[in-house]
Amino acid sequence: MTKQTTAWLRAGALAGSILASGPALAQDKEIVIGAQCDRTGPTQIVGNVLCPAYHHYMALVNKRGGVEGYKIKVLEIDHEYKVPPAIESHERFKKEGAIMTSAFGTPQLLALLKKFEEDKMPVTSPGIGSSAAADGKKYPYVFPIAATYWSQTGGAVEFAKRQLGGSLKDKKIAYMFFDNPAGREPLPLLEELAKSEGFQMRTFGVPSPGIEMGAQVLDVTGRFKPDFVIAHLFGRAPSVMIKELKGKGFPLSKVVGLVWAGAEADIIAAGGYGIAEGYHTIQYAGVGAEFKVITEIKEMLKAEGKTLGKEFESTVTFNRGVYQGAVHVAAIANAIKAKNGGKPNGEDLRKGFEQVKGLDPSLDGLAPPLALTAEDHEGGGWVQIWSIKGGKFVKTQDWFQGYRKEVLKHVEEENKK
Amino acid sequence: MFYREAGTFKTTYAEDMALFPLPITRWSIRVLLVLVIAVVPLVLHEYYLSIFNLIFIAIVGALGLNILVGYTGQISIGHAAFMSVGAYTAANLAVKLGLPFWITLPAGGLMAAFIGVIVGMPSLRIKGTYLAIATLASQLIIEWIINHTPAISGGAAAAIEVARPTIAGYELKSQRDLYFFTLFFALVAIVATMNLVRSRIGRAFIAIRDQDIAAEIIGINIYRYKLIAFAISSFYAGVCGVLYTYYFGIATYEAFQIVVSIDYLAMVIIGGLGSVLGSVLGAIFVTALPVVIRIMVETFGGYIWDPAALSAVAASMRLIIFGSLIIFFLVVEPEGLARLWRNTRNYFRAWPFSY
Repeated sequence: MTKQTTAWLRAGALAGSILASGPALAQDKEIVIGAQCDRTGPTQIVGNVLCPAYHHYMALVNKRGGVEGYKIKVLEIDHEYKVPPAIESHERFKKEGAIMTSAFGTPQLLALLKKFEEDKMPVTSPGIGSSAAADGKKYPYVFPIAATYWSQTGGAVEFAKRQLGGSLKDKKIAYMFFDNPAGREPLPLLEELAKSEGFQMRTFGVPSPGIEMGAQVLDVTGRFKPDFVIAHLFGRAPSVMIKELKGKGFPLSKVVGLVWAGAEADIIAAGGYGIAEGYHTIQYAGVGAEFKVITEIKEMLKAEGKTLGKEFESTVTFNRGVYQGAVHVAAIANAIKAKNGGKPNGEDLRKGFEQVKGLDPSLDGLAPPLALTAEDHEGGGWVQIWSIKGGKFVKTQDWFQGYRKEVLKHVEEENKK
Repeated sequence: MFYREAGTFKTTYAEDMALFPLPITRWSIRVLLVLVIAVVPLVLHEYYLSIFNLIFIAIVGALGLNILVGYTGQISIGHAAFMSVGAYTAANLAVKLGLPFWITLPAGGLMAAFIGVIVGMPSLRIKGTYLAIATLASQLIIEWIINHTPAISGGAAAAIEVARPTIAGYELKSQRDLYFFTLFFALVAIVATMNLVRSRIGRAFIAIRDQDIAAEIIGINIYRYKLIAFAISSFYAGVCGVLYTYYFGIATYEAFQIVVSIDYLAMVIIGGLGSVLGSVLGAIFVTALPVVIRIMVETFGGYIWDPAALSAVAASMRLIIFGSLIIFFLVVEPEGLARLWRNTRNYFRAWPFSY
C-alpha cells in the first residue's frame, strides 16, 4: 500500500467514526432550540446581526439562572438561504432533541411547513411570513410572533393617511416592491384598502437583486407623482431606492419602508443619515441601544472579557434578535409552568406560545404589547414608526395596529381558499 | 488483481450486452443494493436518511443535466427552471384534480420536456457560451412567468401545498417512508440513463458532443437529437422537481432559482461530465460534503476557536473548505470524481505488479 492510500484510508476512518459516534444527547435540565440562520447567503446582512443577538440574549437568560430551572441550549445551522440544507438542519435539530425551531427565510419555512406539523414542533417566523400563518387554527405550529407583511402594510397605509391629513380620498400611493412572493404578499390587501379608502394605487416591481431601479424611480417621481410611497424591499435594494429617490428630488418624508427596508446598514449604504433624512421605517421591535436588556448584554460580555462585536452596530436588527429570544423564553416558561416543572415537548411548547402575554421586563419599550392566543399567532400585529431625523432614528409613532379589522378579514379569507 | 477483465468469457449476446459484464462489478452492485435497500434504512437514524433523500433527489436532477451537458455537449444554466415547471405541473394536477403521484410525476416530467424542447430550439443555431446565455434567459423567463401567473402559481405567495404521496392508502410521511420513495426513482433514473447512453440515441448524443459536423456526415440528424437531448434532460429535471415537491409538501419556485441551476452544474462538473457514476458522485459530493464539513468543524473546531463563536465560524469554514475541496479535486483530476474512481480501479487492475 502506498503512503497516499494509507493517508486516504485514515481520513476515511476518521470521518466514519465521527458519523457513527454522533453528538451527545440533550441533558435533562436543558431545553434545546434549533435556530436556522443565514450567515453566508444573500440575506447575511440580517443573519450576521440577528443570530448573534439571539445567542447573546439566550446567554444572558442562562446567566440569570435559566428559565424555570432549565438552561437553554441553542443549536444553530447556517443554511445559506438554500432549501435542502434547511431540510437537513430540521432533521438534525430533531435528532438532538430540539423542541422548537427558529426559522430564517420564507422558502425554507414553506418547504418545512408540513414537517413542523407532522413532527409537532412549533416554529417562529418573525417578519418572514407567511401572513396567512397568523391564523392559529389553520397553521397550529407556525408563530409569526411579530407584525406580518399584511399588518405592516396596514400600518404603513394608516401612517400615510395620518401624514396626509386624515384622508386618503383621491390620493396617489405608489407601492415599490421586490418582485418575489414576499414582496407580492401585500398586493391583495393594498388593492382592497385602495378600494375602501378611495386612493389610487400603482405598483412598481423591482426585479431581484434590486440594485438597479432607475427606471422604476423615474416612473414614480416623474410620471406617477405619488403623495406617498410604500416600499417593501430587501437586501441592497432599500439603500438603492433611498439614493435614487433622493437623486430625483423626491421628499423622503413621503416614503415609508416595511421592516426589511429600514435597518442602520440600509441608511449607511444609501450614503448616510444626511441623505436619508426624513425617511420613515416600520418596525416590529424597538430601535436603539437605550434598553435595559441591551445594557445587560453588554455588561455580561464585558464581564466575560469579550469585545463587543460588529453586530452591536445595527440596533434595528439586533433588537429583533433579542425580541425573538424573549418570546421564545416566555413561551418556554409557560410550557414548563403548565407541566409543573416537567420537561415540555413540542406540543406543550405550542400551548406555551399560545399564552404568551408580556415578556421579560428588561425588554421594556423594545417589545410590542404582544398577546399570542390560539387564534392569533401574530400577537396583535403591532408596529412602530421610526424616522431618520437629525442623523439618527427617532420614534415618530408608538405601537399601533394599522387597519386591524381589514387585515384580520384578509387572513380569514385567504385561509378559506 | 481485484478488478480485471481477464478470464471473463462471453459466450452469448446477452452476456455481451449486459449492463455490468464483470462478475466483480455485479457482486459489488448487489452488495451496494442490499446496503441501500435493506441495511441503511433500518440501521441509520432518520436524520441521516434525510440527507440520503436529498442526495437521491439530486441524483435524478444531476443525471438529467449530465445527459445534456456531459453526453450531448449542450450547456444549460436553466436546469432549475425545468424543475419548477415539473413541480408546479404536479402541484396543480394534485391539488386541482386530485391526481395521485404516479400520474402527476410523469406528467410533470412530460410538461418539463415539452418546455425543454422549446427552450432547446436556440441550440439548433448557437453553441457554447451563447447557448449558456440563452438557457440563462429561459431560467429567468420561466421564473417570471410562474411568479406572475396566478393560474400556475396559485396566488401572490406562489406556493401550492401538496398532500404527501400515498401508496395503497398508506401515506409516505416520515423520512424513512420517503427514503424508499426517492430511492426508487433514483434507481430507475440511474438504470434508465445507463441504458440510454449505450443505445442508438445515446451514441448519437456522444457523436454530437465530440464533433457535430462529423456526426451529421455519418447520418445523425443533429437538430432532432439535440432537441431529444433537451427533452430527456428536462424530463429528468421535471421529475426531480416533482420529487422535491412531494418531499417538501409544497411547490415553491423559490426553491428552484438560478443558484440551484449552478449547484447542479457544479454537481455534474465535479462528478464528471459524461458519466452516470459521475452524476451520482457529484450529487453526493455537493449535498453531503457541506454537512460532513460542518460536523467536523463542530466536533474539532472547539480546540481552535472559541466554542461560543463556533456557529459563526462553522458557517464560514464550511464555505472555505468546501470551495477549496472543489478546487483540489478538479486540479487533481479535471475530469471529475468519476475519473478519479476509474484511475483507482485501473491501478488495482494490475496491483501489486503494476509494470
